[in-house]
Amino acid sequence: MRPVAISVDSSTESAALCKNAGYTYTFLSDPNAEVIRRYDLLHRGAGVDGKDIARPAEFLVDASGVVRWRNLTEDLRVRATSIDVLKGAQGLP
Amino acid sequence: MSVQETAPAERKRKWNWRIWSGFFLALAAVPGYLLFFARFPITRDVPWASWLMFALAGWLLWAGVRRAFVSPEVFRGRITGPILAALSLAAAGLFAYATLYSSRQLPVAAGAPKVGDKAPEFTLADTSGRMMALSGLLSEPMPGMAGGKPRGILLVFYRGYW
Repeated sequence: MRPVAISVDSSTESAALCKNAGYTYTFLSDPNAEVIRRYDLLHRGAGVDGKDIARPAEFLVDASGVVRWRNLTEDLRVRATSIDVLKGAQGLP
Repeated sequence: MSVQETAPAERKRKWNWRIWSGFFLALAAVPGYLLFFARFPITRDVPWASWLMFALAGWLLWAGVRRAFVSPEVFRGRITGPILAALSLAAAGLFAYATLYSSRQLPVAAGAPKVGDKAPEFTLADTSGRMMALSGLLSEPMPGMAGGKPRGILLVFYRGYW
C-alpha cells in the first residue's frame, strides 16, 4: 500500500513538512488545484488568505487504477483511522 | 470576658472562588481541546470531554453567582459574577459554533470518484520537483521495498500545511 499525499502546498512547503514530521512517503504539489478540481474536491476560499484548497478526502486505488474505497469526511475534525483504511484495503487483490 | 462582635458591614466578604474557577475552566476548555483532546479520536470526533468541562464551569458559575446574590454580605461577585458567566457562555458558544457548524462547512464533492470508478490520471511534482504520474506510482516498485509493485495507492487529499 503506497500512501500519496496531495495538497496545494508547493514542493518546498511539503518538503519542509516532511522534514519536520519525519514523513517518508510521496507528497505531491497541486498549486493551482487542477487535480483537486479533477477529483471535484475543491474548497473555495478555505485556505489561508482565501486560497482555494482541497477538502479532505482519501481514496484507495488498486493496481489497475480503480477506486476500491473512499472516505469523504463530513466534518473537518473527523478523520479515517488506520483501521478504517486497512478494512478498505482488505478487498484488494 | 468580652465577646467580640463584628458588624456585618465591617466583616470582609469572602472571595467568590466558584465564579473564578468556573470562568477559568470555561476558558481552559478551548485550548484543552485544541492542544490535548483533539489528539485522540475518542474525544475529538465528539468532544464530550470538553463539553463536560463547560458543564462543570457552568455549574460552578451558577453556584457562585447564586451565592453572590443570595448572600451578598458573605460573598462578593455580584458584578464580576455575571460578567464572567457571560464571557464563559461566549466561550462555550464559540466552541459550539466551531465544532458543530464551521468544521462541517465542506463542499459536497458530488463529482469525486466513487468506488468502482477509475481514478483520474494526473502528473504532479513531488517534494524534490520530480514529476510523478498516477500510472507510474501504481506500476513502479515502491522505494525501500524489495522491488515489489504496490498493491494499491492511498491517495490522501489534504488542506495543506498551515
